[in-house]
Amino acid sequence: MNYEPVIGLEIHVELKTKSGMFCGCPADHFGKTPNTGTCPVCLGLPGALPIPNKKAVEWTIMLGLALGSTVSEVSKFDRKHYFYPDLPKGYQISQYDQPLCRGGKIETSQGTVRIHRVHLEEDTGKLQHAMVDGKKVTLVDFNRSGVPLVEIVTEADIHSADQAKEFLKKLHQIVRYLGISDADMEKGSMRLEPNISIRKVGETALPPYKVEVKNINSFRFAAMAIEYEIKRHATILESGSIPAQETRGWDEAKNATVSQRSKEEAADYRYFPEPDIPPLRFTRGYIEGIRQSMPLLPDERKQKIVKEFGLNEQQATVLIDDERKLNLFESTVLSNAVVSAGISGATVANWIINKVADYGVATTQQVAADIVESQKITVIDESELQNVLATVISSNDKAVADYKKGKQQSLMFLMGQVKRQIPKGNTQQILDALKAALDTQ
Amino acid sequence: MLIDLPISELSEKLRSKTVTSVDIISECYDQIEAHESKLNSFITLVDRETAIAKAKAIDETIATHASPLAGIPYVMKDAYLTRGVRTTAASKILDSFIPPYSATVHRKLEEAGAILIGKMNMDAWGHGASTENTDYGPTKNPWDQERSAGGSGGGPAAAIAARFCSFGIGEDTGGSIRNPAAWNNISAMKVTYGRVSRYGAIAYASSLDTMGPTAKTAQDCAYVLETIAGVDPYDATSSPKPVPPYTKEIGASSKGKKIALPSEFFGDALDPEIKAAIMEAREVFESAGAEVTEVSLPLLEYGVPVYYILAPSETSSNLSRYDGVRYGGKRSLFTKENKRRIMTGTYALSSGYYDAYYKKAQKVRSLFISEYTKLLSQYDAILSPVTPIMPSKFGELLDDPMKNMMADLYTVTVNIVGLPSLSLPCGFGKTNLPIGMQLVGNMFSESTLFALGHTYQQKTDWHTRQPTLVSSK
Ligand SMILES: [Zn+2]
Repeated sequence: MNYEPVIGLEIHVELKTKSGMFCGCPADHFGKTPNTGTCPVCLGLPGALPIPNKKAVEWTIMLGLALGSTVSEVSKFDRKHYFYPDLPKGYQISQYDQPLCRGGKIETSQGTVRIHRVHLEEDTGKLQHAMVDGKKVTLVDFNRSGVPLVEIVTEADIHSADQAKEFLKKLHQIVRYLGISDADMEKGSMRLEPNISIRKVGETALPPYKVEVKNINSFRFAAMAIEYEIKRHATILESGSIPAQETRGWDEAKNATVSQRSKEEAADYRYFPEPDIPPLRFTRGYIEGIRQSMPLLPDERKQKIVKEFGLNEQQATVLIDDERKLNLFESTVLSNAVVSAGISGATVANWIINKVADYGVATTQQVAADIVESQKITVIDESELQNVLATVISSNDKAVADYKKGKQQSLMFLMGQVKRQIPKGNTQQILDALKAALDTQ
Repeated sequence: MLIDLPISELSEKLRSKTVTSVDIISECYDQIEAHESKLNSFITLVDRETAIAKAKAIDETIATHASPLAGIPYVMKDAYLTRGVRTTAASKILDSFIPPYSATVHRKLEEAGAILIGKMNMDAWGHGASTENTDYGPTKNPWDQERSAGGSGGGPAAAIAARFCSFGIGEDTGGSIRNPAAWNNISAMKVTYGRVSRYGAIAYASSLDTMGPTAKTAQDCAYVLETIAGVDPYDATSSPKPVPPYTKEIGASSKGKKIALPSEFFGDALDPEIKAAIMEAREVFESAGAEVTEVSLPLLEYGVPVYYILAPSETSSNLSRYDGVRYGGKRSLFTKENKRRIMTGTYALSSGYYDAYYKKAQKVRSLFISEYTKLLSQYDAILSPVTPIMPSKFGELLDDPMKNMMADLYTVTVNIVGLPSLSLPCGFGKTNLPIGMQLVGNMFSESTLFALGHTYQQKTDWHTRQPTLVSSK
C-alpha cells in the first residue's frame, strides 16, 4: 500500500529580549547558577503580577509579518493550567483563541507550508535530577521560568521528512535574520514538535489520529523521528489497526520514538483569559512601524546579492545559509580594497565560501586584503614588455599578417605568446601595448 | 482615648508634639492586651518593642514626614505580603511563609511612616463572609462575641471597632471590606477596580479583587486612600488616572446630588431592621439637599450566580500555585469552603462547560456593566444596604453554604462591574447590633462618595459609637 505522510509542526523559539516575558529578570538563562535570575513574578510568589514585555510582543509581530501572517488588532493572554513542579503558578501564561498572528506561509521546494498561528507565552523552569547527601532528588531551577517563548504552529501541509527539514531550516534562518533569537538548538532555544500521521495516497481527509513527538532539539532528529513514525504507522495500518493518538518522545540512544502519554491522559488545560493583563490593542500605525523597522529577510537578501554582485544561485544559497557568512561577503565586496582592485563579486564569494574557515573570527579588512593579494597582478616594466613584444612579433609573421587583415583570433594568439613569457602581467596593459606595437608595424 | 481621634487631628498633635507616636502605639497595645483574647482579630501581632521602636524613630523625625499617616498605627488583612512579617491568608498552607517582598500598598504606607502593628484574621484565601472559615479560629464581633465579625476581612474591622489601631487595609472581592465594616460599625471604601495596586496582595479572584481602606470615618478612609492609590508599574491593571485630593474635596456639598434607591434591594431577603435604617439614612441625605429617587435595577438577582461562577473560576486558577511543592503546607490543608470553590471553578472552566458557565457569566457581566453605567450616568450614587442580614451567630453561615452566598447579595454586583462603594454605619438594631449602608458610585468617583459620606457623618453620630467592650476593663 502507498501512504502519504501528513505532518504539521509546532516550534518553540526563545526570544533573546533583555528581560523576561512578564518581569525584569534577565532572559539570558543559559549556563547561569540555578535560581540566581529570579524574582517574585517568575517564581510565581503569592501576590506577584505579570507585566507583558513590549519588545517580546513587538518581535512576535515582526516574526508574523516575516511569515506573511495577519497581525491581530486585538489580542490577549490566557492561562493554561497544568501541574508540573517546574511551573510555579500552576498555569502558564500563553495565548489561546486570540494569538498575536494568524496565517502566513513558507515556500519549500516540495510546496507551500501554511502557518496556522504564531503566539507568545512564557517558558517554564527546568528540573534537574541529582544526588544530594546520598539521596536521589529532583531540583528545580527557575532561571528559565518566564523567558519569552514564541510558538509557531503550521498547518498539516508537510509530506516528507525532507520537507520538514527544509521548512525548519528556513524558519530558523528567518528567526536569525530578524535578530529575535539565537535559535540555538543545543541550548534549547529552538525546540521542535512534529505531529505525524499518514493516509493512503489519494485520500484528502485528515487521518483519524495524530502522533506528537515532543521536544526534539535538532533538524536531523526531527527528520529521523518523522521517518521512524511513518514506518511505524504504515506497519500498524497494514495490520488493520489505527495507530494510537499519543505523545511520544525521541530517544537518541535507541534512534526511536517512545510513548509518553496517551490521549486518555491528555490534560484539560482549562484555558481562560488572563485577568491580570488587559487585552492588547494594536493600531495599524504601530504594526506598520514594526514592518518598516524589519531587517531584510533571507530571500530578499539572496535576490539582492544575485542582482547586485552577479553571483550564481548556488553561491547565493551557500552565503545566505549563515548570516555571518553573508555579512562578511557584503562588507568585503564593498570594501575599498576590493572595489579599487576591481575584483568581482563572484571571486569574493568563492573566496569566502572556500577559503574562510571561521566566520565568527574573520574580519572584513583581513579577508579583503587576502583576496586582493591572491588576485595581485604585476605591472611589468615597460622596456621588458617592449622586448618581449618585439620578439613575439618578429617570430610570428603569419599571425601578424592575419591580424592586419582583421582576424581577431590572431590577436588572441599573439597575446597568449606574450603571456607565456610574462604570466603575472596585467592583461589590459599587455593588450594595449600589443595593439600599439602591431599598429606601428 | 487618643485612638478615637480622627487621623487629621492625631497627625496635627504629632506635629505639634502634644502627642507622640509612642503614646498612640502604647495605647493600642494596652487595648490589644486587654481585649484581643476576647476577639481573636490578629493572626500575627507585630511585637510591641518593634512597633515602639518605629514610633520613636517617627517621633524624632516627625517634621520631615510629609504624610499625615506618619506615626499612625494600622493593621492589614493577612492577604497582603509584608516583607519579613509572616503572611498566611489565614491558611495553614502559608503558616510559615515570610514574604521576601512587600505589597505595593504596604510599601507606600511604610514610606508614609505609618506603623504596622498586625496582620489580621480573615476567611482563608478570602472565601467567606464571616471570618469563620479560617485556620486561626473565628474573629468575634466586638458588639456581641457570640456573633461573627463578618468577612472575609473580619479581623481588621473588629480591630478598628475595638480601638486596637487607627485604620486598616482590607481587600474586597465580593464584599469582604464592606460587610465586616457594616457588622462592626466602621467605615470602608471599596475602590474602583484599578484604583489601588493589587501587587503583593494574595489573589482571590483577580478581575474582582480591590484593595481599600477601612477606618472609623469616611474622612479617615480618604486620608489612607490618598496615600495608597495610583498607578503601579507592577500591576498592569492599575489605572493611570491621577489620584484626586480626596481630603480636600471631601467638604463638597451634597446639595443637588442625585441618589438612586433601587427597589430590588428592598425585597423579602432584607432584614426589616436594616430596611428601616436605610430609609432613615435616605431622609438624612434629603435633609442635606440631596435628591433621592426610587429606581429599578432588575439584574440584581443574577449578581450572586455570576459572582459564584467568576470568583471560583479565578480562584481555582490563583490557588493552583499552592500545590504542595513550595511553601510547606499541603493541599489537604485547604478548608471545606476553599475546596468547594476550587472544585466549582475547576468545573466551570473545564472544556465542554466553559461556554455554559464562565463565558456566559462574562456575558452577563457585560450586561451588568451597561445597566450600572446607564443608571450612574443619571445619578451620583446608588444607596443600598450592605448585607441583607444582621451579624450572624457562629455556625449559621458555615453550616449553610446557600445562606453564606446570599450574604453577598448586595455587595457582589459592585465588584462584577468594578465600581467604588463606600460603606458607612447607619444605625443599630434592637439588640444593639450595628447596621451598614453603602453608596455606590461611577467608576473613579471615590471623591464624590467620600463627600456624601462625610456629609452624612457630620449629620449623624452612628460612627462615633463604640462597643461596650472598648471601655470595659
Ligand atoms: Zn523574574
